[in-house]
Amino acid sequence: MSVPPLTRAGSGGADRLLLTPLEQHRARVRRARTRRSVLTSLASTVVFAVLLYVSVTSAPGWPRVQETFFDPAVAREWLPSILRGLWLNIRVLAVAAVLTLALALLLAVLRTLRGPVWLPVRLLATAYVDLFRGIPLIVLLYLVGFGVPALRFTEGRISPVVLGAAAIVLTYSAYVAEVFRAGIETVHPSQRLGARSLGLSYAQSLRLVVLPQAVRRVTPPLLNDFVAMQKDVGLISVLGAVDAVRAAQIGALDSFNFTPYVVAALLFVLLSVPTARLADWAALRATRREQAGGVL
Amino acid sequence: MPRPLPSRTVRAAALLGATALVLAACADDTADEPAATGAPATMDAATDAATDTATDTATDAATDAAAGGAIEGCDPASLETLTEGTLTMATSEPAFEPWMVENDPTNEQGYESAVAYAVAERLGYADDAVEWVRVPFEAAIAPGPKDFDVAINQFSITEERRQAVDFSSPYYDVRQAVVTTAGSPADGATTTGELGEVLIGAQVGTTSLQAIEELIGPTMQPQVFNSNEDAVTALQNGQVDAIVVDLPTAFFVTAVQLDDGVIVGQLPELGEDPEQFGMVLDLGSPLTDCVSRAVDALEADGTLDALQEEWLADVAGAPELG
Repeated sequence: MSVPPLTRAGSGGADRLLLTPLEQHRARVRRARTRRSVLTSLASTVVFAVLLYVSVTSAPGWPRVQETFFDPAVAREWLPSILRGLWLNIRVLAVAAVLTLALALLLAVLRTLRGPVWLPVRLLATAYVDLFRGIPLIVLLYLVGFGVPALRFTEGRISPVVLGAAAIVLTYSAYVAEVFRAGIETVHPSQRLGARSLGLSYAQSLRLVVLPQAVRRVTPPLLNDFVAMQKDVGLISVLGAVDAVRAAQIGALDSFNFTPYVVAALLFVLLSVPTARLADWAALRATRREQAGGVL
Repeated sequence: MPRPLPSRTVRAAALLGATALVLAACADDTADEPAATGAPATMDAATDAATDTATDTATDAATDAAAGGAIEGCDPASLETLTEGTLTMATSEPAFEPWMVENDPTNEQGYESAVAYAVAERLGYADDAVEWVRVPFEAAIAPGPKDFDVAINQFSITEERRQAVDFSSPYYDVRQAVVTTAGSPADGATTTGELGEVLIGAQVGTTSLQAIEELIGPTMQPQVFNSNEDAVTALQNGQVDAIVVDLPTAFFVTAVQLDDGVIVGQLPELGEDPEQFGMVLDLGSPLTDCVSRAVDALEADGTLDALQEEWLADVAGAPELG
């Protein structure tokens, strides 16, 4: 190879010898530039952090902020109950996420059915999406959580966890169905036509050709919705269940200190970070696959 | 200003005048107290207007109550309320009997509405100088600037809350009570021990919730709701077996909100001191002392007893839970 890739320059003596003097000069300039950018960014970050720290901690209200939002004793006192509440949130999340995916996929498939005979089905699916995407989740929680038990379908008591999860599934399946539908519609018609011409039925072409491509394309927005759902499960507290949000509220009202809210916020952030990294990774992988071999 | 907090000092001057319900003796009771809050040395531009109104109300009061009863050092001209010449009162939305009648705090019907206007009159505010705003229960007792001068919404006085807000002198001694529906597992319980196995609900941030945890100690974690109304709905739906509210509210809940509501009984005192309702003011509010003195005066001259007799008479008969 006449021009070795830049990444190998400097990685070993033998490679260095392959470089022309001009190329070696270029590599040196690039390294110097890199070093300078690293130092500049480091310095600016340090200066920024120091400025931020000084301006925040010298603010007249800082001791009060510290005491009101970041009191370690209060945090320790309420962490166990908030964690117990978070475990409830996580269980609701797990059930709601699975049900949402299944229901949303079904809705998206129904909404994209072709042919006049399916009009009522398409209409129903569209109405469902319009309705449940339009109702504020908190209102739906009240309607489901306080309304459904009033009907007394069952002898026994329906857990607020079940009711809360049901409301979340209703809302989120409407959102996620639209994400799936967008994915299905981005699959080029030639894919479907090609599949049909190979003799696959509508269902087979959908299952084997269209959906795999569609789902892959919408993975990042799906994970985004998942993060949103992670936080919205905190709304089930209005139904009486003591989840992380409610536990934090009890703590905050009991201690007149906002630290329990901060603790709950941090726990929710911790919960969402893995999903966020997973979303980044999925997006990166999708880009790599779609641009296989190409460089952009 | 005696108890200033930075950032809270900007309060407009306002008016106070005389009284209608007052009988006697109050001026003497309070006169020897130091005028801790009230008249700042400098007055705002609105003093003229304030004084006009004060004069009007003073005239009204003179005809209404021969003995007079203005609190020395506390009058609309010197009190630093949010809006000059107006006392901004707060309660929650909706407000229920027997505290407010027909969710209208301005009609002087219901115990808290009556007390609020009695205090306002004692401070010299005419009825039309009292404005009402609606503030959720938890928001009123949370730290931070307030958009009201005085809130009245069955706030129990606790040491923890004193760190966040000012309380006036208490205007009512309250007990917590357990409410259920006929035939539920909690129906017929005579001791708190019998309530250990039932699912109980209460409003978040209330002494009712504290009472469940400390006096009943149920095996099932209590259900916690945003409001008493949510808790009542859950009780009606059978989502909880019982709820805990304060006793006067329990009478309203069983009489009006529930079809087959039952008061199981009142809980023992929470802690050594009786639980008392006080009005809530911003922490370090310049009005606290005057409002407290007005409440003290109403207590001393029997006005509070008379109003309790008028609005909370039912409360006496509830059974005690052992």
